[in-house]
Amino acid sequence: MNKIIKQFKDAAILNNPTFIQVLGMCPTLATTTSAENALGMGLAATAVLILSNVIISLLRKIIPNQVRIASYIVIISGAVTAIELLMKAYLVDLYDSLGIFIPLIVVNCIILARAEAFASKNNVFSSFIDGVATGLGFTGALFIVGCIRELLGAGSIFGIAILPEALHATIFIMAPGAFLTLGAVIALVQKIKKTLENKKKAEINTENDGEEVII
Amino acid sequence: MAEILVIMLAAILTENFIFIKFMGICPFLGVSDKIDKSLGMGFAVIFVMTLSSAVTWVVYHFMLVPLGLEYLQTIAFILVIASLVQFIEMFLKKNVPALYSSLGIFLPLITTNCAVLGAALLNISNGYSFIESVVFGFSAAVGFTLAVLIFAGIREKLKYADVPESFKGTPIALITAGLIAMVFSGFSGISFT
Repeated sequence: MNKIIKQFKDAAILNNPTFIQVLGMCPTLATTTSAENALGMGLAATAVLILSNVIISLLRKIIPNQVRIASYIVIISGAVTAIELLMKAYLVDLYDSLGIFIPLIVVNCIILARAEAFASKNNVFSSFIDGVATGLGFTGALFIVGCIRELLGAGSIFGIAILPEALHATIFIMAPGAFLTLGAVIALVQKIKKTLENKKKAEINTENDGEEVII
Repeated sequence: MAEILVIMLAAILTENFIFIKFMGICPFLGVSDKIDKSLGMGFAVIFVMTLSSAVTWVVYHFMLVPLGLEYLQTIAFILVIASLVQFIEMFLKKNVPALYSSLGIFLPLITTNCAVLGAALLNISNGYSFIESVVFGFSAAVGFTLAVLIFAGIREKLKYADVPESFKGTPIALITAGLIAMVFSGFSGISFT
């Protein structure tokens, strides 16, 4: 159980696909115009990630090494097509607002990266956990950016009005706002990371100091 | 003729793939640190996107539609693009070594460039004819190249700027891109119809 928690923490937070590894930028910028769209995109990508990780892990001993990337792409696009057809059938509104970015999950580097780096080397269960964790890390990142943009740009979150109309800065739900928001959020993440590292270093130093005093 | 011109100008300026549509951001951030590198990537993308727009249009209208397999377009297109890139790479290596040595390293990266697949899918959903598809693929790629070149020019200067510690690397690149995107959204006032 501890191992699973650690795997979650590693894949979703410490190596967050969006904020730390800076992968999959296109959907992160394009579909975060509102919290709802961001969540929908994140969950669709998570579903594809889980599906492709499990299938690739099941087939990892059968797929010949030379053609593995091509095989992964076929498996991933199969999974994407399945999710796309399901969304078209049951979630029409969301499908319409995400538009072309649903089929474009195929070329999302996060999914191919997890297939190559994890699912091709590990058993089905841990590949499944990896898919869930990475997917949720991606969804969380999209959700944060989506909330900020919707709040600043349209004054609401999930369509519930929060800010008065005079405070709406429409630019945040337009194209430039996506770049500005994501840039600022990643800068904040880097700042937090740096502060935590410094703190850890300081703790180690004080521990050492303490030992010296004892000696 | 006027329609073709409208498609071209729209794809390059008002509907710029990078700054307005957010497609191809990964190579955009990845190769844009030097002007010559981004020029190489730009030419490789123009080459592949023009060809792949043509080939995917033919595949869709002469293979998938008659067989009633339209729902397989994503799988079919990504396979076509991947094999096309592979084929171009082998062809250039054998016949035009000079071009290969300048574009070669960018070609494998293009398979996972979502602009290429995006253009192929947009051609179908916009209902373009064959000529229009090729023009759209070509001009969208020109728009991509323009965006990467502008960005690389700024990024070369950015290296010497005194950027706050936390903003170093990706954040400042994204914010720069945001400022250029504002310029590009100024084009959206132009209407070509």
